[in-house]
Amino acid sequence: MALVDIENLTVSFPQHSGVVQAVRGVTLRLNPGESLGIVGESGSGKSVTCMAVMGLLRQPPARITADKLELGGIDMLRASPRALAATRGKVAAMIFQDPMTAFDPVFTIGHQIVETIRAHRAQTRSQAWSEAEALLARVEIKSPEQVLACYSHQLSGGMLQRAMIAMALSSRPQILFADEPTTALDVTIQAQILALIKDLQAEFGMGLIMVTHDLGVIAETVDRVVVMYGGRVMEEGPVQDIFDAPAHPYTKALMGSIPGRLPGKQRLIEIPGASPNPADPPSGCPFHPRCPQADARCATTAPAFAAIAANRAAACWRLQ
Amino acid sequence: MTPPALELRALSKTFRLPQRGGLLPRTVAHHAVTEVSLTLPQNAILGLVGESGSGKTTTGMMAMRLIQPTAGQILLDGSDITNLDAAAMKPLRCKMQVVFQDSYSALDPMMTLCQIVAEPLHIHAIGTPSEQTEQALAMMERVGLHRSYGARYPHELSGGQRQRVAIARALILRPSVLVADEPTSALDVSVKAQIINLLLDLQAEMGLSILFISHDLSVVRSLTDSVAVMWGGRIVEQAATETIFADARHPYTRGLLDAIPVLNPRERRQRQFLTSAQIQAQIPRIAGRGATNKPQLVEVAPGHLVEAILQ
Repeated sequence: MALVDIENLTVSFPQHSGVVQAVRGVTLRLNPGESLGIVGESGSGKSVTCMAVMGLLRQPPARITADKLELGGIDMLRASPRALAATRGKVAAMIFQDPMTAFDPVFTIGHQIVETIRAHRAQTRSQAWSEAEALLARVEIKSPEQVLACYSHQLSGGMLQRAMIAMALSSRPQILFADEPTTALDVTIQAQILALIKDLQAEFGMGLIMVTHDLGVIAETVDRVVVMYGGRVMEEGPVQDIFDAPAHPYTKALMGSIPGRLPGKQRLIEIPGASPNPADPPSGCPFHPRCPQADARCATTAPAFAAIAANRAAACWRLQ
Repeated sequence: MTPPALELRALSKTFRLPQRGGLLPRTVAHHAVTEVSLTLPQNAILGLVGESGSGKTTTGMMAMRLIQPTAGQILLDGSDITNLDAAAMKPLRCKMQVVFQDSYSALDPMMTLCQIVAEPLHIHAIGTPSEQTEQALAMMERVGLHRSYGARYPHELSGGQRQRVAIARALILRPSVLVADEPTSALDVSVKAQIINLLLDLQAEMGLSILFISHDLSVVRSLTDSVAVMWGGRIVEQAATETIFADARHPYTRGLLDAIPVLNPRERRQRQFLTSAQIQAQIPRIAGRGATNKPQLVEVAPGHLVEAILQ
């Protein structure tokens, strides 16, 4: 059974000025123990997809439809609020980009981790406290008892991110969602946090969904990659294949625009134009206005997301 | 010989932070920057890299005379501006401008983009109002924003577009020096590439010299001619950009390079992360030449400076 099973998910948000179509038909799966990267730029729908399958989007305002939206075998579209609450945390936990806003500033870190542990398992306060201490030690925090007594503003970004990972692990989830967990961090701290996430994933046998705009993070951490753009999946495949031979023009362009790949001061290959406006997405393939290979068909009809090789799929007329 | 566009000589900054507790108010000294010397040649891009708290932003703000240094000198086009008062600085501000990381808080939300870009001209009383507007719109076009955006407000733009506005505002006075403090850090990959290309084009076209402050070594590699690495408020290594990538000598620089994600899943590896004590212990030691046992910058090859201990 897949840990995450999404088929044809759409998420939209009605606004005064029109309907924002954040996700427009996404299909993806995560198998037990597997790590999946969802890569895309702002507005590609990657975070909203995760929020939807975590049952974190309130309806209304969100409008969610899907042929299937399952998390740990539970139908997240039809589950009761009580079942949703039990699933979140227990089945899946999430860490966010900005740990400063993820913690409540008026309670200590210890208070919040203990609260999380006790929400999911019957434990005394002191049991939960010593477990929290052990968790902080596991995420390589040097003096756990001191950090537990701290408020979020007293800790650095890297420390807070470690504390948030500890909190996410406290309910022993089967799936960890990491939404841009290192974007706000320095490069050395980023490398440490990514190494930690990978180690913990192996140790706890969790599934991992790594959401990021950074292809470097993807290359370092996951087995399989889903590339999103304009609310749709553009390409999917094993991480090695995607880096060796990106198939979709958007993936190719994204790889070309990464700075520092080649030695020397030089212009980068840029993708002209801007990402599509989710309130007014282009007709046909969302990438066609910026695609060097687009033709008349791309502008009128969106290509189906279809297999292009073993284990690989893409949504592009040129590849079918 | 033309003087360098910007020169910092043994610049230091000590902040006095209030200390809690005790009966009498006391302060503790925090040495944010210690004796930093840098030369930004005419028409070049110098990268200043380091982690949060390394003092790179403080250095940039001192260079701009936005923070007063505790000691040292700042030379703009060869003339000392370290102790000029606000009135004497004002005409020189035309020659040095700054772009910040967070374009959202850098732009006044109550002003249209055209007003924002034209404001420096207004402040320095350059041209008539209609000329100022025309110049602002032309500069917006130059940075890749259509003239019709002139009537819009910052909140209507994406992050990349706002950063273009900030660059247009900085460049409208035709400065010779631009301090860019993490201007690409908050941007998406494809937008980042666009802004890097824009800075490269503008630098070549306008004869700009740029002090580019960043923690992102990948961006630094594509954009800069040379790099200075800061750690704990000091410069620990400085060289031509490719020399840093090919032949870093300082343990901190090597650690920084090692932490960059490798864009090939086949080359995944376990990394060793050095603590600052380990970095201290691994600082290169060079025999002879007047032992001081105190780390200092040593030229190990022409143009390649490394902090080392002379023994």
